[in-house]
Amino acid sequence: MKETPLSNCERDFLLRAIEEKKRLDGRQTYDYRKLKITFGTDYGCCFVDLGQTRVMAQVSCELVAPKENRPTEGILFFNIELSPMASPSFEQGRQSELSVKLNRQLERCLRNSKCIDTESLCVVSGEKVWQVRVDVHTLNNDGNLMDAASVAAITALCHFRRPDVAIQGEEVTVFSPEERDPIPLSVYHMPISVSFAFFQQGTFLLVDPCEREERVMDGLLMIAMNKHREICSIQSSGGIMLLKDQVMRCSKIASVKVSEITELISQALLNDKAARKAGGKCGFAESMPQDRITALKMDQTDVEMTNVSQTGSGVILQGDEAPPPTVPSPVVPVPGVGQVGQGLQSWGLEEEEEDDDDEEEESSGDDQVEEVTQIKLSEKDKKEAVVEISDSEEEEVEVDKLN
Amino acid sequence: CDIDILKEKIGEVLLPGDEFVFESEDTIFLTDNVKPERPVCGPGLRQSGNRLVVSKSGVLRHKPPHTFWMDSQQWRYVPAKAETVIGIVTSKSGDIFKVDVGGSEQASLSYLAFEGATKRNRPNVQVGDLVFAQFTVANKDMEPELVCIDGSGRANGMGVFGGGGLLLKVSLGLVRRLLAPQSDIRSDLEQLFPCELVVGMNGRIWVRASTIQQTLIISNLLQSCDTLTAPQRREQFRKLQKGGL
Repeated sequence: MKETPLSNCERDFLLRAIEEKKRLDGRQTYDYRKLKITFGTDYGCCFVDLGQTRVMAQVSCELVAPKENRPTEGILFFNIELSPMASPSFEQGRQSELSVKLNRQLERCLRNSKCIDTESLCVVSGEKVWQVRVDVHTLNNDGNLMDAASVAAITALCHFRRPDVAIQGEEVTVFSPEERDPIPLSVYHMPISVSFAFFQQGTFLLVDPCEREERVMDGLLMIAMNKHREICSIQSSGGIMLLKDQVMRCSKIASVKVSEITELISQALLNDKAARKAGGKCGFAESMPQDRITALKMDQTDVEMTNVSQTGSGVILQGDEAPPPTVPSPVVPVPGVGQVGQGLQSWGLEEEEEDDDDEEEESSGDDQVEEVTQIKLSEKDKKEAVVEISDSEEEEVEVDKLN
Repeated sequence: CDIDILKEKIGEVLLPGDEFVFESEDTIFLTDNVKPERPVCGPGLRQSGNRLVVSKSGVLRHKPPHTFWMDSQQWRYVPAKAETVIGIVTSKSGDIFKVDVGGSEQASLSYLAFEGATKRNRPNVQVGDLVFAQFTVANKDMEPELVCIDGSGRANGMGVFGGGGLLLKVSLGLVRRLLAPQSDIRSDLEQLFPCELVVGMNGRIWVRASTIQQTLIISNLLQSCDTLTAPQRREQFRKLQKGGL
């Protein structure tokens, strides 16, 4: 689907507002939107909300053969999916320019910076290594997908636990999570990307652009840094000419932002750990905020239910009534011989028995109380025809009669 | 009588599939009115013969004498005839402009459908401009068509507009509440500061106030009105008036 076109008056208004240092949602030039990190029930599942932009990262691992030129290192695989859920202009399956750009940036930010120790992912050198796969799904696009995706990816990697492995000589045992606690990945540092949007040929800059600001910007500068002030990657797109001191200024701003965000991530990881230890509820459903549209809100809304209960009871009444169950009781015609049922004695009784058996099969799910009453009734009916011995109190009398 | 069945349910939540059957009387009394009262169905209600079926979930509303409709909430706009909307011009080709109204298809707007436009005197419309227009043709089988004049050939507030303001997207319910004759939100807004508002039934609102700051305040207020109850909204407005931003 095509995106809603940007009208001229919106563009003019946004540019004028930026010149007056005003942003649409009232933020300052260097302010980030509210960043919220929540975790799912599995290890390695992480949701990140950056204002209205929402992404989800999921980490998984499996044992594979290593690359031939790197037999002792594990493999890291990154994938960002732009789903049509995020924006009507994203098409499922098609590799758009934005998707290629985001994937490339995430790979450079996380893989080339060597933030994960891949040597520790090796199980049997040259044969079996762990392949860790990070899938980032975009759920809602309100600008600055790159930052949200990088935070989600690194948080999910820190949250993830891989199965424990034991090697004894030639034997390799992979323990399931129930047998042995899974162990976390070894993360050296956390690279976070910070995006700067430039307007009016580099005169004005904004941190963390929202979707409308992204549509009117001239160019984007993305700096990935960790809290030790090491730059992991810098990328400038849009063809704007930046001066050296502009880039230096951006990197200083980025270092401040990155330390704040890293603090937030560590806090979120600690909270989640405490919640899991305490056995409390954790996961996506718990962390979902309840956004309700209250336009038609009433404190108590009546929904007509009397018809529903009437039709419901009508349906139940119309159903066929279950036939009563009957069970033939055991009989001792001659001492030392037991008989259940009538066998081939007489035609009339045989038919009765068949009916009884059929009824028995149909009514196997009925209440015990009904069964008991029905059995007692059938006993009384058959008393005249056959002398019965059962577990009732009249046993003694009947035995005497036989003898 | 027939309408009384519906009148009992005014203000209640109804779900799609709820039915109302009107009994047709075999004998007609000579002293009664010749035509029985039939309800006029608005959006969300469908009538076939003597059965009335609810097709959208929401609250049943009534306007005397006979009009009933379902008040429901949605964001996506479906073009309907005679509704005034804000459109964005996407292309100019020959004699018609293609306008995006937020529906499934782009609507077409002829260059002659402006006040005082002739073949020699073309209107000054560029790609990316905002137009306030109404639908002459809007059904699911044909491409929707817009015009910027009313039946008698006058503009009546329609046409190209939009220097210096901001365009917002809100829910359709908020737009209807703003356009209602006695609107609480509009009266609250009037007391804040003077501003110009163009409200399109496709969920788009254009705002302009004297400064950029005031425009931004009003646009944020309108977007939050969707999720605020009436007392909360009045609280917000009161805080703003006192704060005197």
